[in-house]
Amino acid sequence: MRIVSRSRKREVSNQTNSPIHPAIRRAACGGRRLPPYIKGLLRLAARCPRRSYPHRTPPPTHPSARPLPSVASCLLRELHRPRPLAMAEEVVRELRASFAAERTRPAEWRAAQLRALVKMVDEKEADISAALHEDLAKPHMESYLHEISLVKASCQFAIKGLNSWMKPEKIPAAITTFPSSAQIVAEPLGVVLIISAWNYPFILSIDPVIGAIAAGNAVVLKPSEIAPATSKMLAKLLPEYVDSSCIKVVEGGVPETTDLLEQRWDKIFYTGNGTVGRIVMAAAAKHLTPVALELGGKCPVVVDSNVDLHVTAKRIAVGKWGCNNGQACIAPDYIITTKSFAPQLVDSLKRVLTRFYGEDPLQSADLSRIVNSKHFQRLTDLIEEKKVADKIVYGGQTDEKRLKIAPTVLLDVPRDTALMTAEIFGPLLPIVTVEKIEECFDLINSKTKPLAAYLFTKNKKLQEDFVANISTGGMLINDIALHLANPYIPFGGVGESGMGSYHGKFGFDCFSHKKGVLIRGFGGEATARYPPYTVEKQKILRGLINGSFIALILALLGFPREKR
Amino acid sequence: MGTEAAGELGATVRELREAYEGGRTRSVAWRQAQLRGLLRLLREEEAAAFQALHRDLGKHYAEAYRDEVGVLIKSTNGALQQLGKWMAPERVWVPLIAWPATAQVVPEPLGVVLVFSCWNVPLGLSLEPLIGAIAAGNAVALKPSELSPCTAKFLADNIGKYMDASAVKVVQGGPEVGEQLMEHRWDKVLFTGSPRIARAVMAAASRHLTPVALELGGKCPCIFDGDAMASARDVQVSVNRIIAGKWSSCAGQACIAIDYVLVEERFAPVLIKVLKSTLKRFFPEADHMARIVNERHFKRLSRLLKDKDVAPSVLHGGAMDANNLYIEPTILLNPPLDSAIMTEEIFGPLLPIITVKKIEDSIAFVKAMPKPLAVYAFTRDAALRRRIVDETSSGSVTFNDAVVQYAIDGLPFGGVGQSGFGQYHGKYSFDMFSHKKAVMKRGYLVELSLRYPPWDESKVTLMRYLYRFNYFAFVLSFLGLRR
Repeated sequence: MRIVSRSRKREVSNQTNSPIHPAIRRAACGGRRLPPYIKGLLRLAARCPRRSYPHRTPPPTHPSARPLPSVASCLLRELHRPRPLAMAEEVVRELRASFAAERTRPAEWRAAQLRALVKMVDEKEADISAALHEDLAKPHMESYLHEISLVKASCQFAIKGLNSWMKPEKIPAAITTFPSSAQIVAEPLGVVLIISAWNYPFILSIDPVIGAIAAGNAVVLKPSEIAPATSKMLAKLLPEYVDSSCIKVVEGGVPETTDLLEQRWDKIFYTGNGTVGRIVMAAAAKHLTPVALELGGKCPVVVDSNVDLHVTAKRIAVGKWGCNNGQACIAPDYIITTKSFAPQLVDSLKRVLTRFYGEDPLQSADLSRIVNSKHFQRLTDLIEEKKVADKIVYGGQTDEKRLKIAPTVLLDVPRDTALMTAEIFGPLLPIVTVEKIEECFDLINSKTKPLAAYLFTKNKKLQEDFVANISTGGMLINDIALHLANPYIPFGGVGESGMGSYHGKFGFDCFSHKKGVLIRGFGGEATARYPPYTVEKQKILRGLINGSFIALILALLGFPREKR
Repeated sequence: MGTEAAGELGATVRELREAYEGGRTRSVAWRQAQLRGLLRLLREEEAAAFQALHRDLGKHYAEAYRDEVGVLIKSTNGALQQLGKWMAPERVWVPLIAWPATAQVVPEPLGVVLVFSCWNVPLGLSLEPLIGAIAAGNAVALKPSELSPCTAKFLADNIGKYMDASAVKVVQGGPEVGEQLMEHRWDKVLFTGSPRIARAVMAAASRHLTPVALELGGKCPCIFDGDAMASARDVQVSVNRIIAGKWSSCAGQACIAIDYVLVEERFAPVLIKVLKSTLKRFFPEADHMARIVNERHFKRLSRLLKDKDVAPSVLHGGAMDANNLYIEPTILLNPPLDSAIMTEEIFGPLLPIITVKKIEDSIAFVKAMPKPLAVYAFTRDAALRRRIVDETSSGSVTFNDAVVQYAIDGLPFGGVGQSGFGQYHGKYSFDMFSHKKAVMKRGYLVELSLRYPPWDESKVTLMRYLYRFNYFAFVLSFLGLRR
């Protein structure tokens, strides 16, 4: 759904006078009655492309502006679909019953499910790896390194932490309510929906499920239909290992997802792109359901000239092409470096790439392929654009039959091209040059907030400025993508890169409600609280609220005395 | 709304965005100065605030101080004291595999945030979130409710005087202004109000992927366990607190006010007797209780009461004064459970008492309703307390008191399910308006070649050891001593 075909773009730009896309209006008037929130969405979809953003400079490049027509077309198709479906409803009803029966609450149940996931990963590593290879030609090492082992580590981390996460947190009692004790109790939200993405179809499915289970929720997982082998594998394997009355996999595409979104959930966790993220959030609004959206963005890499060049090039290369051939939400999207340093960096990248993937990278078994022909087309369009094609300094080979694109480095691509405005999500790496490295701040801040930002430098001052001035989901200095594997830091976006975070305890928190519990005694009855109000009462109350001991003692002694 | 007004709104939003992007809201000094300004506002304009609240809601100044001004002063002082601690990056662990590396979680402001507040606690619900938003370093637009116009005007007149007028703005107006505001891009929206408008706010926010926090209400139950009271004094204290949590909280027009009471049949007469006598003592004159906010709500409440199935259940009170928008504290016994008074949030000075056979039945009763913002229970029975905490779900639970949890900074305040999501107060306010940025730093010292392609089985084996944290086997294998 990330792609907007050229013809559609034109269609939209032609109808600037009408607030609503003609096809949509036809459907809305001629067809059946639309649910009101879909109507709202359609109106919104038609309106968005022309909205301008006075505060951020380039209006036409704003992500909300681009791919909406394709959403509208998805919705359209959706509206004309015959609906026999009560399946989503059925699934939710069953899970609600399991949740209401409190099956998911005990710590033992949660730990058992997590242990079952570890067992699944141990026993079915070959199946998982095979499914990933079928969907993305993902090399085994990558599957192991980024998906299988991380899922396992994540499960084990949760199993270890579970008891301490579940323990109520004691809060120091306040003088205002003396005598009292207070605590914060984590309770499960209920029945949650997790919609995952195709690029890391295994870990992006299971990792949120781990958080949801640890927090004691019943879960529906909707894997991406764009990675069908993994989706099928999950649907088959999960019920073999975990409690299928509380954890279910629902397979399907847009229609099934739409049906799921119409149900009432207690949380929706979505990984994917901003366009669908908007639809998910609007649908969630209907039931006042909180959402977590894990989206992407153009993740910048800033390379200073004082770095260990070879190590830097290796880390960038493995972070870009060694992560699903660039199809990762935290993969580097573009590099910013100084004009004088760029040639050295390019040379080093070339050397490293040749060492990693050989003279003919299209033949390398260590590179993932592009997920499908739609995305292949999108990526080749990006580099075939006239202003871009001659900027390629390395790579550029494509193989349409096998959906392979070689690692491609581009230098000084014009900043108004699609390559430099849209999220690339593929093996193309443009390098932007600046006079002084400090210019990177303005450049990055002129775009929407990315999911990750990377900096290579030994300059401590630059590191500090980078942390202080760049707003991004996460930040890693002198390496790429590794912060993902640290369960002690939250993983999630900000602004256009999403909302809500997970991993480790943050995943548990994401699916928990923190309930404040205050226990007061019957002692310490301050009459000053109650009407009829008098001036003396007011004085004591002032002291009490501000935590004054004297006021407290007076209040406890029953001052001011009441006339009975 | 005219295009001129819309343009003005656009200019306001632009100014806020510029103020934020100029970077000054990020400094500690700015944040402290604003908080001090707020403190001065609350102290110096106290009389004007009381007056505005009295005009809008007939709130007695003692109640206004207890629930609004006083709590705000305490919160601002708390924020000023804790600001340094809140802002400090938090050092966290790094798994050994990434060694040498350090990691921290750095709170950063979200940007330009919008706060919609509500009319029932018009000062508190406006300024409490404002404290958090400023402490977190954001530029803020505050839209007070048009239903409490005097307080809205009070805020608009004074905030600019005491705080940075280009980074903290008050936007006055009705629903159409709210709608216009939601056309713009915000970095966070906090909405306090009704579920119906909350849906529209969240749907509009989805256009810009703006995270929202919704503070809604719900029917907050109060479980009165007469069996577990040690003495008549316990009953009296409980009743005092129930009255404080119902009628003296803006005449029941508070999202955390007690909505209805659940009591065992045999204790109902005692409870009602003490309630009646205490009400007489607490409210000798009408002006110690707030009035109903406006005619619409007055009509709504009188409709609830005049329902022909409900009217016979009125035990006490029920008098209404349409001219002064005053409704007498009213107690009802067992109104039909399918009547509007038991299905809708009451939000007024009517208190239905529902009797149950055994007090444990009240848990099932509460569970059958949508999740409320608060659950209250008066009991000395620890087992019952445990069950209530474990089995019911609500924004918060308070035992042996009502409404006071609002004043405790250590406890997060916010709903769950139908009562909303997102929590604030104290540090939680700061967190609500901050993004927790994960920052990890690595050195160049250690470089494992097994991270890089071309890949072979030996690299996978090494990785396995690493991920199992079997460093001994890893070293052996690395040195070629083990296959």
